[in-house]
Amino acid sequence: MKRTLIVMAGLLLPVMGFAAGGGASFPNDDITIDWDDKVSMQRGARTFVNYCMSCHEASYSRYNRVGADLEIDDAQVLDNLIFTTDKDGEKTKVGALMTNNMNADYASQAFGTVPPDLSLIARSRGVDWLYNYLRGFYVDESRPLGMNNGVFVKVGMPHVLAELQGYQVPKMGTRVNSDGEQHEVIVGFDIVKPGTLSKSEFDQTIYDLVGFLDYVSEPYRQTRHNVGTGVIIFLLLFLILAYFLKKEFWKDIN
Amino acid sequence: MSNDNKNNGLAGWIDQRFPMTKMWEEHISKYYAPKNFNFWYFFGSLALLVLVLQIVTGIFLTMHYKPDGAEAFISVEHIMRDVDWGWLIRYLHSTGASAFFVIIYLHMFRGLMYGSYQKPRELIWIFGMCIFLALMAEAFMGYLLPWGQMSFWGAQVIISLFGAIPIVGDDLTLWIRGDFVISDATLNRFFALHVIAVPLVLVMLVVMHVIALHEVGSNNPEGIEIKKHKDENGKPLDGIPFHPYYSVKDLVGVVVFLILFSTVVFFMPEMGGYFLEHANFIPANPFKTPEHIAPVWYFTPFYAILRAVPHKLSGVLAMFAAIAILFLLPWIDRGKVHSIRYRANSFRWLLTMLVISFIGLGYLGALPPTELRTFFAQVFSVGYFGFFLGIWWISKNEKTKPVPERIL
Repeated sequence: MKRTLIVMAGLLLPVMGFAAGGGASFPNDDITIDWDDKVSMQRGARTFVNYCMSCHEASYSRYNRVGADLEIDDAQVLDNLIFTTDKDGEKTKVGALMTNNMNADYASQAFGTVPPDLSLIARSRGVDWLYNYLRGFYVDESRPLGMNNGVFVKVGMPHVLAELQGYQVPKMGTRVNSDGEQHEVIVGFDIVKPGTLSKSEFDQTIYDLVGFLDYVSEPYRQTRHNVGTGVIIFLLLFLILAYFLKKEFWKDIN
Repeated sequence: MSNDNKNNGLAGWIDQRFPMTKMWEEHISKYYAPKNFNFWYFFGSLALLVLVLQIVTGIFLTMHYKPDGAEAFISVEHIMRDVDWGWLIRYLHSTGASAFFVIIYLHMFRGLMYGSYQKPRELIWIFGMCIFLALMAEAFMGYLLPWGQMSFWGAQVIISLFGAIPIVGDDLTLWIRGDFVISDATLNRFFALHVIAVPLVLVMLVVMHVIALHEVGSNNPEGIEIKKHKDENGKPLDGIPFHPYYSVKDLVGVVVFLILFSTVVFFMPEMGGYFLEHANFIPANPFKTPEHIAPVWYFTPFYAILRAVPHKLSGVLAMFAAIAILFLLPWIDRGKVHSIRYRANSFRWLLTMLVISFIGLGYLGALPPTELRTFFAQVFSVGYFGFFLGIWWISKNEKTKPVPERIL
């Protein structure tokens, strides 16, 4: 029986190799977000409100919740994170949702599509994808805005962070895919016009930003872990009790 | 609650007007269950626990959820972020749905192993299968409610299957959706069915399942009828009262289950995209089809059977047949011996084949199809249906082992 199972598993292997050879997107680095690094997330929040929020929203999230979770007090939130006004022209309140004032009609005229809400983008795309995508813009004169992306081909979004990263062109190489065909793929980037940040500084900025997006996609995550630890410790103790209770009752059953 | 206070006090007052003590004794304290229940017998009470959990968390979700195409997705995020403990209630409910199916599949497997569907327990099995069917409807309609991309497109794909039915197909899909596409109208009716209609049916079926079980008595891993050997008081010699023996034993099972369940709820509520699919964190968009539409994991075995058949209508029929054939199992299996312990080796092989096929189908149903995968899905589909054909075949003149008279 065991041998049959092993043979079955062996037969399944080629079925499991899915999307192999499809990894043409570049860059393709993996990151791990440190959820305890509030300072990194604070920097990410700053980048988010300064560079992303003109077009994107995080409309399920509230400013003061972000402030409380990332250890920024209300006064600092008002001074450093809120640049919008409400419909009466007053400065947006600290308890407001993180929305912007761009309407959908204008957005679709300008970009061809309404820029998506980013509250949950880290949960739908994943942090690795975001980290690579935001570092993957390159010069491509054939595109309407003169830029393309190594991760999201023909993306409509302009290279908003160009002043920080500068402009880069792709280095091409060939790769043989699983069918034995040769493909020309991006294997690296060369900076042709430097930005205000070095490569490592820019990578850090994107890491911080993605960390913030990861936080804002599930702001209660650390509470979830803390409560969960307590619950499981309680249940383990309760299990000991339940086990001995059962044993006591069953001792006269053979 | 003993017989002594039958006629006095509050309990006595109630007992003269309502069979409280009688019911308690009949179903709990004097319900004699075989003394040899093993691990596999935890899943009945666990299923009941999860049903209660789903109803209670569902009530609280309903207080904050808005069944409206424009607000549904936002209201779920409102629950997750702005409602006190809302994230916990929602994750308990979403994880509970998957846990329900894990438990039900294991519960059904237990029935297959020990012949719990065989005479005289055919009706218990039929009620159980009705519960399984109602549960699938409940889960399918519940999955539309978060109104994410996978909610929308999953429902779109599944409802369109009814369109394959000749003549009435198109009208039928229109009638189910209440619109030409999945829309606000669909969301509203699915909400109504999910929170009232199907749960009512489910609870009623569960009551009938348990009443039928307590009428004939529980099967056990030996597949022996404990009612054949009774003492002078009419108590089965190999039976023990459900309470306190199995109530305290099930408590251990409940705590172990809750530890595993809490691990998912608190530390991996998405379960790598299997319990909560990544694309469902994008609001439903009728103009943007996701790259890959996959049903949630508990439907994937049946979805894989659907895709394994090249012809659409035949595929739909095969999928429904895969469920319908389970109803007939008590009559397909002509064997007299209940438990796998005393059945022929061919039965073990058939059951192994069923398990491998079912898991294989479930795995393939979650992936986009390729030629090779479709081939394997076809092999596993044959394996799935082959189980029933095989059981019918082998059970006619099965070489069984001698079954003991009593439980040791």
